[in-house]
Formats: sequence, structure tokens, C-alpha cells
Amino acid sequence: MALTKIQIVESIQSQTGFSKNNSLEIVENLLEIIKSTLASGEDVLISNFGKFCVREKKERRSRNPATGDEMMLAPRKVVTFKCSGKLKDKINE
Amino acid sequence: MNKLEIISVLKKEANISKAEAARVVQVFFDNMADALARGERVEVRGLCSFFVKEYEEYTGRNPRTGEKVSIRPKKLPFFKAGKELKERVDF
Repeated sequence: MALTKIQIVESIQSQTGFSKNNSLEIVENLLEIIKSTLASGEDVLISNFGKFCVREKKERRSRNPATGDEMMLAPRKVVTFKCSGKLKDKINE
Repeated sequence: MNKLEIISVLKKEANISKAEAARVVQVFFDNMADALARGERVEVRGLCSFFVKEYEEYTGRNPRTGEKVSIRPKKLPFFKAGKELKERVDF
């Protein structure tokens, strides 16, 4: 079973007393804050959890594995996650 | 942007108190951490998903001295950016 947004919304509802719709709205607000921060190129650091980083990848040469054709990959930005030491310890307990 | 800054932006955006915003952020990330600690996957549409990868014991080397060291079995979370996040970061 995977943890999904709806279950997170339900625990926020039970731990804050906000209605379900209200909790969902607040979670959507939170997600939007995280996404727009990363979209602006800024990292998001959550202490005791980890860090979401925006990294720039340089242009590089690659091959299409199906056809073997060589092509250039354009420079791009990707999001990476660095797990905090606390979270790592918790997972390995 | 760190947790405290997120809390103060969320307070404004969602029109709730600072304590409420702090609670929401805490519950949100605690839920994800607890799920990963149980070995469960986490899926938040549009943002990201996480799964826990288990590594068996292996013999590694200390890159400085070249000495052999045995690395104990461990678990690590793996992150995958969601489609919307990916597209917005790399527009």
C-alpha cells in the first residue's frame, strides 16, 4: 500500500480539526509553495526530512538505445532529493 | 527556502494561524517519513514519489586508503519527481 495525498489530508484533518475540504485546500497550498519555489530554481530544505535541490544538467551527447542514433540532449534542470541523516536513521531502525 | 519560511508563506496563502501552518507542515512530512520507515511507497501526484530501496551487505573500499571495508545492509529512500514538477522546473 502506498501513502497518497488523500491519506495525508485525512491525518491533517484529524490532527488539526480542519474539515476535509479545508485540509485538502491547505495541502494544495503547501504543494504549490514547494513546486513554485523549485520552479524558481530555489532549493527547499525540510529539516529532519531532506532537501529538494534544483540541479542544472549540461548539454550532452547520447544515443537512442533503440536505434543507436546519436543525438544531443539539451541542457536541462532536474530536481533531486538528498535524504537527511535523521530520516535515514528512521528508515533503518 | 526552509521549513520556517514555508510555514510563514503557508500561513499567508491559506489564511490560517502560524501554529496551524506549522502543524500542517509537520504532519505532512511526518506522514511521509513514517510511511517510508514502514517500507511503504509514497505518492504525491504532481510533486514526487518515494520508494525504499534495500541494499544487501557488500564489500566496498575506502577510496582514500584502498582498504576493504564491509558495508552493512541498509535501506535508502529513492526520489522521483512528479510530471508537473519536472515540467515546471525545466520549462
